[in-house]
Amino acid sequence: MGAVPNRRLGSVRGVPMSSPPGRRARLSSPGTGRSSSEAREELRRRLLGLIESNRVMIFSKSYCPHSARVKELFSSLGVECNILELDRVDDGANVQEVLSEITNQKTVPNIFVNKVHMGGCDRTFQAHQCGLLQKLLQEDAAFEYDLIVIGGGSGGLACAQEAAILGKKVMVLDFVVPSPQGTSWGLGGTCVNVGCVPKKLMHQAALLGQALSDARKFGWEYSQQVKHNWETMTEAIQNHIGSLNWGYRLSLREKAVAYVNSYGEFVEHHKIKATNRKGQETYYTAAKFVLATGERPRYLGIQGDKEYCITSDDLFSLPYCPGKTLVVGASYVALECAGFLAGIGLDVTVMVRSVLLRGFDQEMAEKVGSYMEQHGVKFLRKFVPVMVQQLEKGSPGKLKVVAKSTEGPETIEEVYNTVLLAIGRDSCTRKIGLEKIGVKINEKSGKIPVNDVEQTNVPYVYAVGDILEGKLELTPVAIQAGKLLARRLFAGCLEKVYHTLFWPLEWTVASRDNNTCYAKIICNKFDNYRVIGFHVLGPNAGEITQGFAAAMKCGLTKQLLDDTIGIHPTCGEVFTTLEITKSSGLDITQKGC
Amino acid sequence: MAAALRGPGGRFRWRTWAAAAAAAAAAGGVRGAARSAAAGRQDYDLLVIGGGSGGLACAKEAAQLGKKVAVVDYVEPSPRGTRWGLGGTCVNVGCIPKKLMHQAALLGGMIRDAPHYGWAIQPVLHDWRTMAEAVQNHVKSLNWGHRVQLQDRKVKYFNIKAGFVNEHTVCGVAKDGKETLLSAEHIVIATGGRPRYPTHIEGALEYGITSDDIFWLKESPGKTLVVGASYVALECAGFLTGLGLDTTVMIRSIPLRGFDQQMSSLVTEYMASQGTRFLRGCTPSRVRRLPDGQLQVTWEDLTSGKEDMGTFNTVLWATGRIPETRSLNLEKAGVNINPNSQKILVDAQETTSVPHIYAIGDVAEGRPELTPTAIMAGKLLAQRLCGQSSDVMDYDNVPTTVFTPLEYGCVGLSEEEAVARHGEEHVEVYHAYYKPLEFTVAERDASQCYIKMVCLRKPPQLVLGLHFLGPNAGEVTQGFALGIKCGASYVQVMRTVGIHPTCAEEVAKLRISKRSGLDPTVTGC
Repeated sequence: MGAVPNRRLGSVRGVPMSSPPGRRARLSSPGTGRSSSEAREELRRRLLGLIESNRVMIFSKSYCPHSARVKELFSSLGVECNILELDRVDDGANVQEVLSEITNQKTVPNIFVNKVHMGGCDRTFQAHQCGLLQKLLQEDAAFEYDLIVIGGGSGGLACAQEAAILGKKVMVLDFVVPSPQGTSWGLGGTCVNVGCVPKKLMHQAALLGQALSDARKFGWEYSQQVKHNWETMTEAIQNHIGSLNWGYRLSLREKAVAYVNSYGEFVEHHKIKATNRKGQETYYTAAKFVLATGERPRYLGIQGDKEYCITSDDLFSLPYCPGKTLVVGASYVALECAGFLAGIGLDVTVMVRSVLLRGFDQEMAEKVGSYMEQHGVKFLRKFVPVMVQQLEKGSPGKLKVVAKSTEGPETIEEVYNTVLLAIGRDSCTRKIGLEKIGVKINEKSGKIPVNDVEQTNVPYVYAVGDILEGKLELTPVAIQAGKLLARRLFAGCLEKVYHTLFWPLEWTVASRDNNTCYAKIICNKFDNYRVIGFHVLGPNAGEITQGFAAAMKCGLTKQLLDDTIGIHPTCGEVFTTLEITKSSGLDITQKGC
Repeated sequence: MAAALRGPGGRFRWRTWAAAAAAAAAAGGVRGAARSAAAGRQDYDLLVIGGGSGGLACAKEAAQLGKKVAVVDYVEPSPRGTRWGLGGTCVNVGCIPKKLMHQAALLGGMIRDAPHYGWAIQPVLHDWRTMAEAVQNHVKSLNWGHRVQLQDRKVKYFNIKAGFVNEHTVCGVAKDGKETLLSAEHIVIATGGRPRYPTHIEGALEYGITSDDIFWLKESPGKTLVVGASYVALECAGFLTGLGLDTTVMIRSIPLRGFDQQMSSLVTEYMASQGTRFLRGCTPSRVRRLPDGQLQVTWEDLTSGKEDMGTFNTVLWATGRIPETRSLNLEKAGVNINPNSQKILVDAQETTSVPHIYAIGDVAEGRPELTPTAIMAGKLLAQRLCGQSSDVMDYDNVPTTVFTPLEYGCVGLSEEEAVARHGEEHVEVYHAYYKPLEFTVAERDASQCYIKMVCLRKPPQLVLGLHFLGPNAGEVTQGFALGIKCGASYVQVMRTVGIHPTCAEEVAKLRISKRSGLDPTVTGC
């Protein structure tokens, strides 16, 4: 590791900055009047910046033997690494705290390789032994994408778009495997296609039925018997969903996210195979992956279930009215579907094994049930279906359901037009090659355990949404988590930094160093590239800075700077022609004249 | 510190005034109250004048805390002869019937939506009589409920019209002219307000009606001219249009003065798109009854100076309300009013210029004219009078909703007010147009569905005001009002997980600031 001994932050920033002896470097600026949360935010950004801009970044303590081992390892590999000794900076304790927020790891050494959080000493050595470390070191910037998101649902799309906004090269793989009944749909995932959106619209249709009967009491006069037409409703809803699918496509395109309608499957580290509808295979690589494959409805595993029963995957686009319906299950999906089917005038029975709405307040759940019962939904409590048999084909046909009691030998049978299964959902995690790269899943539930920062046991693979173990299965949660994840991963670029070295005219003739003077501005991407930081190192820096300070007070933006005519030849004019962003990594040294 | 002092102070005052009042009564004496005065006591601990939301809340709370309480209430019939029972404006001629008629109008919209959702229904007509009867029956049941509640809590109720005799005594006149003298240690004035008639306009009083009458009409008002731009005017015009009536609103200057003006113009824009006609910059000059019974209204266009004319079945004045203070003989008690507004001057404790006389609700100067503020003020006042608490009513960040066809809910500052208080450079406004999911299938136009959150610009960007235009605005605004009361910041709102799919979740998704200049309209399809 002798190559770069104990480099401090100063050198990382690109400006040589030597601390006077006895004075310690500080990571966060000590600015007065700055709230602690702001300071913390800034520290966080700087740390992310360090992680982002260094091939190997080691947070260590100078006396720590584990840290020493890691340094030796990289040194033996001949890899240059940047080291921040927490015990040698003033705010080391804060750094450690923020690091533990970012990585969920409280101890040092804390190692990042090519922006991927490796972990501590043991994990680094493990990675070295299994070849992952070499792989990570090797494939520096050789990946085609910064991020590949598997699954184009609410969480995946939110994460992909946010990452793209942050300037990353992002791909989304989305592929809907048709349901056993043959139903499939477009981009947007469960919520848009077979969840929240069509559910609420059918709920609205049912509410309108109630409104129609209320309306008479409020003076609206009509004599007809009002009937409900399933096809009209379904067509209208499917049209709306079609427009949403299109909207998502458009929005991905606008943000330059690559969208591939293929089934994604890991084949090796950082590499995924995408298979399209025609069976054509393409391979893609990325530095980071986000799993957002969501869940699909579960089947009972009894005779006739996959052949004759439908699930919420099929209901919302069912081309015919389901007629007399048996809903199996007591989840909110089951009760919502039963509720609106009854509301549009169908004969509906709900078969419940044990309790309604498990996990919700049970007093409220029972009240929901009794309200539904008062409004015509029949409940069969403590029964489970054991067989579904087709009596008659048709749209809808006739199905015989045999069910048995959970408490005794009693069995019952009944004929329905449609049987809707809503007994739970399974994660789509077993057929995407996770075993190839060693991502652990909970074998029983199929869910993926992640740490507090949505990271799986494989450092560069993250997961959001319904497939997470122990997290909420809700659209807005997935969206929020996806966005925050993208920001955590890439928010180093939340601000855009423009910089350059320059050679003052006065220095040329004097043959003074041509790569000492440095100009840098920091812009907020989310606020119209407003300039939020202004730095100049060079002659007359005070004189230059004063005027720009006033301009910043007035809301100076990068655009305004670009529109400003420079005063030639001065040093200040360099700010009107800043072009190179720090994140681009382009060379800013002055060559030749 | 100040609050801590107020508590014991309040209790102390109660005792001192009681003693002082007894002394005063013993020294001079008032004839009607002589009996009790001789015993050194007044008839009641607390007398509430006015049986509306605020008065009843105050009376019931005080009675529950063990005080001897009386309520006097009397409804002077409107010029058109409309009268009603106990409960005040909100219950009888305000919020309650208004929202029910608004609901009737919304149901009309739902009937139009229903075919898109698969319900086979033909266009239908509305029958005013059915609605009015149902609404009036509900109101009557509420009147009854209020009577029962007073009885349950042993509050004495007098159906008399009260005026002050002196600072501790009130004289009430019943319908038959019989007079009653009531004395009390503490008196709360909660007489509210009544619609203002523009009496300078010829025919206004004879032929026009107000919100006091509209909800009690037995027959449909037919083609209606609503004069005014208050929320009362717009709400009435909105539901009348929604029930299928030909409705015109005449506005002299701006709609919904005091509300956020961008929101106000979206409100009227939506109403216009739903068929309400607007006559802007016009003021009526006279109303005449034609031989066929129709009303001919003449108005002046203030910009062109030209006169114009139209005929209507009904003319509804909604040009403001005047506080009910004139018949109270306030000067006899020494209670001061603002001579311009006629409202009673009060301090933070709701106390008038006379220390044991208070005023709450619409009759008090500078208070929002809203039922829930009157109720809360009344309850808190009763608690302070009974030494139960020292809390005073906080009139900041009071949420409210205007039930126009597209509902407008708001809490906190309007954009104009925020800019005026903090300066434009310190205010950040986040906004978005959105499309309620229910509108999509029904192919409704959502051009005016809009949300705006006014924040301080300085991180963490404290929320100063929230403005929501869309369905169920009242339901949406309520929870956020709590948040704002708790000092919510933009950052916190953005960290709130939405409830999907709702309109309210759009609030938690407000990403675009006005300053950024980005397009806040719905993108994609």
